[in-house]
Amino acid sequence: MTLATTQHEVTYLEAISEALDEEMTRDEQVFLLGEDIGPYGGAFRVTAGFQKKYGAWRVLDTPLSESGFVGAAIGAAMMGMRPVVEMQFADFISCAFDQITEMAAKNHYRWGAAVPLVIRAPYGGGVHGGPFHSACPEAWFFHTPGLKIVAPSTAYDAKGLLKASIRDNNPVIYLEHKFLYRRMKEVLPSEDYIVPIGKAEVKRVGSDISLITYGAMVPLALEAAELLEKEGIDLEVVDLRTLLPLDTEMILESVRKTSKAIVLHEDTKTGGIGAEISALLAEYCFGSLDGPIIRIAAPDTPVPYSPPLEEFFLPKVDDVLTAARQLAAY
Amino acid sequence: MVDIPRSEFLQLYYYLLLTRTLEERITALYRQGKIVGGVYTSYGMEAISVGYAYALQTDDIIAPFHRDMGAYLVRGITPGEMVAQYLGKRTGPTKGKDGNVHLGDLKRGIFAFVSHLADNLPVATGAALAFKIRGESRVVATNVGDGGTSRGDFHEALNQASVWKLPVVFFCCNNQYAYSTPLENQMAIADVVDRAKAYAIPGEIVDGNDVAQVYVTAQRAIQRARNGEGPTFIECKTMRVHGHSEHDSAKYVPRELLEEWKEKDPILKAERMLKELKYADEGALHLVQERVDKEIQKAVDFAEKSPMPEGSEALEGVYAENPVEVQA
Repeated sequence: MTLATTQHEVTYLEAISEALDEEMTRDEQVFLLGEDIGPYGGAFRVTAGFQKKYGAWRVLDTPLSESGFVGAAIGAAMMGMRPVVEMQFADFISCAFDQITEMAAKNHYRWGAAVPLVIRAPYGGGVHGGPFHSACPEAWFFHTPGLKIVAPSTAYDAKGLLKASIRDNNPVIYLEHKFLYRRMKEVLPSEDYIVPIGKAEVKRVGSDISLITYGAMVPLALEAAELLEKEGIDLEVVDLRTLLPLDTEMILESVRKTSKAIVLHEDTKTGGIGAEISALLAEYCFGSLDGPIIRIAAPDTPVPYSPPLEEFFLPKVDDVLTAARQLAAY
Repeated sequence: MVDIPRSEFLQLYYYLLLTRTLEERITALYRQGKIVGGVYTSYGMEAISVGYAYALQTDDIIAPFHRDMGAYLVRGITPGEMVAQYLGKRTGPTKGKDGNVHLGDLKRGIFAFVSHLADNLPVATGAALAFKIRGESRVVATNVGDGGTSRGDFHEALNQASVWKLPVVFFCCNNQYAYSTPLENQMAIADVVDRAKAYAIPGEIVDGNDVAQVYVTAQRAIQRARNGEGPTFIECKTMRVHGHSEHDSAKYVPRELLEEWKEKDPILKAERMLKELKYADEGALHLVQERVDKEIQKAVDFAEKSPMPEGSEALEGVYAENPVEVQA
């Protein structure tokens, strides 16, 4: 990569800004709306400088009305616009619940009206946000046919998936992990690219155990994989990237190869994405399994604030090590 | 007396009759057991729906609710499509995916509503926002019941429409009852229009049973929106003279109230006005009814002969298709 030496590293957060900027330049139907995204540049500064460049109507500050402005985005989308909504925090998406699940998700099925809408939702814990600024909301929407959900773990995927989401003709919930915003960085291609929705990626090839995960758990899994390698356990890390629709093919392919599976997510355990993946494995590759499917997830509580509580709550490298050692015995 | 040209008034009357006759026929099909789902009608409220929809231009948008049969018809949904929709036929606008007046068509400028009342209002403001961003002189009209105005989405929609000065007109079909809940249990104000004051949206109250008044008021508000002067709220006072849906006998509504509103029937009112204006005599009105009857019969024949969907069509259309370059 000779190019790489001449290019600078881009953080996960900057990758999101770049994707928005490039898509707004490419297609003038793309516009942004949300709370404090204009002159202020957004709670996380993702849209800093955007209003100056694109004007107040394409970078639109909204009243504090999640349901109102998601509804507005749906109406604009049906008129041919490509709205990208910023939820200030993913937690507040619950205020817009029925606009998303009843209106956006069902319109095409009911009457053929496409809703090309992106809802960016900064989510996840590890940032001491407490019960209302740390949630993983994916499971609420995972059960809603008509929606797509993506959750990138790297700067490359963050940019490529956001571009794909904006160009998609369906409502997409784009989960951007706050913990990764400034921690993940890499040199990105200078040319336009997308990461297709619906495609998982093997982030580390391994032969002993498949670990299926997404979001901020991907770097954690890769860290665990390095440690396990020293013990002679070769972990394969599958990054889902898209949660809905799941890349069932890649999940099954990996587990059929390794015969063992760990499903890891930051969201709480009961009824999470991991439950669905476990069921898929039991249903479609039972015969290939040499050990139990192990789920690692947060306990079934709200996300607590105080550092020792939050640390206890979030899945850890040690949890992966323990699970892998347990499975290696089979 | 309002100043509406004869041809327009006769068209308004035609749509009133078409709406009433179609809903009577749909009710009959329901009683015969041919319609399996709910039947939500606009009996006695036709003037609101017809009046505002008729005031719009072809490329405007409506975001209606379930007492809006007239608006669908004015926008070009045919009675045949409507009966097919109720019968769950493949020829209905939702191809059997949804029932009753839960339908839309972007080509005819209609946003389908969802059962969560007032959800269509923020969506209506979004279409208006698109027009504003693109500098188009199109307008959105939306309609909601008195009950729907208690929901947060109503207030969020009015607020953002006013803050952004959007080309949208909010109609409220105040029919005094939300299912069995009378207005006084719904809100502590006597006039729904007072809710618009908090958002600095100019409001008006009209007789919702007077199609001429609704039409003329709507025209004014729509022009105002088209001129870039922002939203208007129009409360149309009326009465739900049937049940919430046709299974509901509405025994909770005092009989004397129903008797009082029978006299104010919007079709009788329109007929009286047409005669007073010398726009039509009894014979001419009768001819309109004959034309409507024929149309409705044709509609029912079309719908009854239409095929039902195959069961497996239930799987179709969950997602919109994508161009190749964004596919996985």
